[in-house]
Amino acid sequence: MGVILANCLREKAGLYKIVTMPAAIPETAGELKARIKDMRVDIIRMISAAGSGHPGGSLSVIDILAVLYSQFLRHDPKRPDWPDRDRVVLSKGHGCPALYTVMAYTGYFPKEQLMTLRQLGSPLQGHPDRLRLPGIEASTGSLGQGLSMAVGMALAGKMDKKDYRTYAVLGDGELQEGQCWEAIMCAPKFKLDHLTVIVDRNNGQIDGHVHEVMDIEPLKDKFESFRWEAQVIDGHDLGQIAAALDKARKTQGKPQAIIADTIKGKGVSFMEDNINWHGAAPKKEQADKAAAEIQGP
Amino acid sequence: MTASAKGSSSRRAPVPERGSAQATREAFGEALLELAPEHPEIVVLDADLSKSTMTQGFAKKYPSRHFEMGIAEQNMIGVGSGLALCGKIPFVTSFACFLAGRLETIRVCAAYNRTNLKMVGTHAGVGIGEDGASQMGLEDIGAMRCLPHVAVLQPCDGEETRQAVKWMVRHIGPVYLRLTRQKMPSFHGPDYRFEFGKCDVLWEPQRQPKHYQATIFASGGAVPNAVAAARDLLPRGFSVRVVNACTLKPFDDEAVARAASNSERIVTVEDHNIVGGLGSAVCEAAAQKGLAVPIVRIGVREFGESATPEQLYARHGLASPNIEEACLRNLS
Ligand SMILES: Cc1ncc(C[n+]2csc(CCOP(=O)(O)OP(=O)(O)O)c2C)c(N)n1
Ligand SMILES: [Mg+2]
Repeated sequence: MGVILANCLREKAGLYKIVTMPAAIPETAGELKARIKDMRVDIIRMISAAGSGHPGGSLSVIDILAVLYSQFLRHDPKRPDWPDRDRVVLSKGHGCPALYTVMAYTGYFPKEQLMTLRQLGSPLQGHPDRLRLPGIEASTGSLGQGLSMAVGMALAGKMDKKDYRTYAVLGDGELQEGQCWEAIMCAPKFKLDHLTVIVDRNNGQIDGHVHEVMDIEPLKDKFESFRWEAQVIDGHDLGQIAAALDKARKTQGKPQAIIADTIKGKGVSFMEDNINWHGAAPKKEQADKAAAEIQGP
Repeated sequence: MTASAKGSSSRRAPVPERGSAQATREAFGEALLELAPEHPEIVVLDADLSKSTMTQGFAKKYPSRHFEMGIAEQNMIGVGSGLALCGKIPFVTSFACFLAGRLETIRVCAAYNRTNLKMVGTHAGVGIGEDGASQMGLEDIGAMRCLPHVAVLQPCDGEETRQAVKWMVRHIGPVYLRLTRQKMPSFHGPDYRFEFGKCDVLWEPQRQPKHYQATIFASGGAVPNAVAAARDLLPRGFSVRVVNACTLKPFDDEAVARAASNSERIVTVEDHNIVGGLGSAVCEAAAQKGLAVPIVRIGVREFGESATPEQLYARHGLASPNIEEACLRNLS
């Protein structure tokens, strides 16, 4: 359904032929679910190979990114600078192993390249770098800045009467940064209804749980009082993610926030909701154990 | 041309008529209006200081290309960068101190992302006067100069500002433009050609000596006093040249080499902290090139305070007698 809608938009734009990616993500829910398991394993493997990285926030956001890229995004990996493409800003840049994996699966680069994460000369930097990896819209890594850039992208689209959408993916701890709220304040002023924020609400950051470090709740109320449309969903339920993105896309006059409740380290029992796995790489045996667990019996 | 310029003392820079004096921020506002019709990609973002940064004319004439962002500079910088990533040429404006205060946002959004963002900081230095220390941009050049890919410009008069802004629009990449609140005499006529990355000789005696007592490098608000000092020294038997440094990064190292080759010393004058600005750039060039030339730096060493601009230039050692003294002082 999402795909069909995206294709209509492509045809409407008149600029874009549908391209089939050799590595395209499957379109049925069941197949996608299976594919996301592979992605989770790739995330674990690449971070393990790199010897450093952020598994917790990558595993919590992967379902969201996979649904977004496979079913909603109007994009062409062969033309990453296509002016009418939808934009994705991963403001929580440390979650990039998830983004790189989804990009590899949608055909931006060969999957084998995932294993070069964080190595000298690799386009897969420790945090996303738009000048090294085509398809990255904005270099991020300093939390709190991505949404402002996404607002600028959406504003440019509005000025130019383009119909592309801009998505910004933020961490919940990230929302402690004041600049986020400056951006949240300004998006409704410009009626950026083609801007969607997705908050990966995994309740984890580095020094502890978000509600202990510096509570950001009530988050839905906050977005609504800043005149956003806000939804709360289960960020690991593919159907709910798709429904929320679809609803967001149909909203007029307001930017939309999707607050996705997630589990940090989702899919690996010893990582789940364990802040020690925010920024630690699994050793080979741990990675094997994690992979076995993800793939199931 | 003024009376003194018609006289025999200077070859290049006329000491300007009062009527032509203009704050560089005013010239910036005019330049935007001039450039707007042929560059529809130009957009302007303000943080509740458009009356001071002189973008109101643009805002009135091009409301759909002007965005009032409120008192939220870091978001303005980020939104400007996002606009730039989608093909706009955004000018973000505020006081120099408030922009430089968001250095890390500039570092990531403008410099690291290499966006085509034009940052305009007005109210440079102690020259703003009565508003006092908290409003004075005094560390901005140093901060911006160490960001990769960011060009740093500080024009000294209206004409140079107009040409610098024109260049900024043509140039692809982040630029920081530093402007004065106070009126600046006009040193450059319409025949002047701003060249990015080059200093220009602003004033020299009509009869050029083999050797200069000193070459003064000056920038922005400090330029008029530097020229006044050089003019005053001439009848006293000292030949001094004034070089105007509009491009502070990348710096014109060759201009420093030339000065070292024909001057007994170099004096630098700037309305900026003594660390990180023009004086530092000149010293870096001299060190890099192995030039054995004494360099005397004049700059602000403290925070400012409230007073008239003239009083503050005197208090912080940027008045023309201070500059003359720096040209003559026994260095041994
Ligand atoms: C401005 C800034 N301060 C600190 C950091 C270091 N840092 C990296 S990740 C992180 C925690 C992020 O928590 P959250 O936004 O909730 O992300 P997630 O839980 O999804 O990993 C911090 C503090 C940073 N990258 N940027
Ligand atoms: Mg979190």
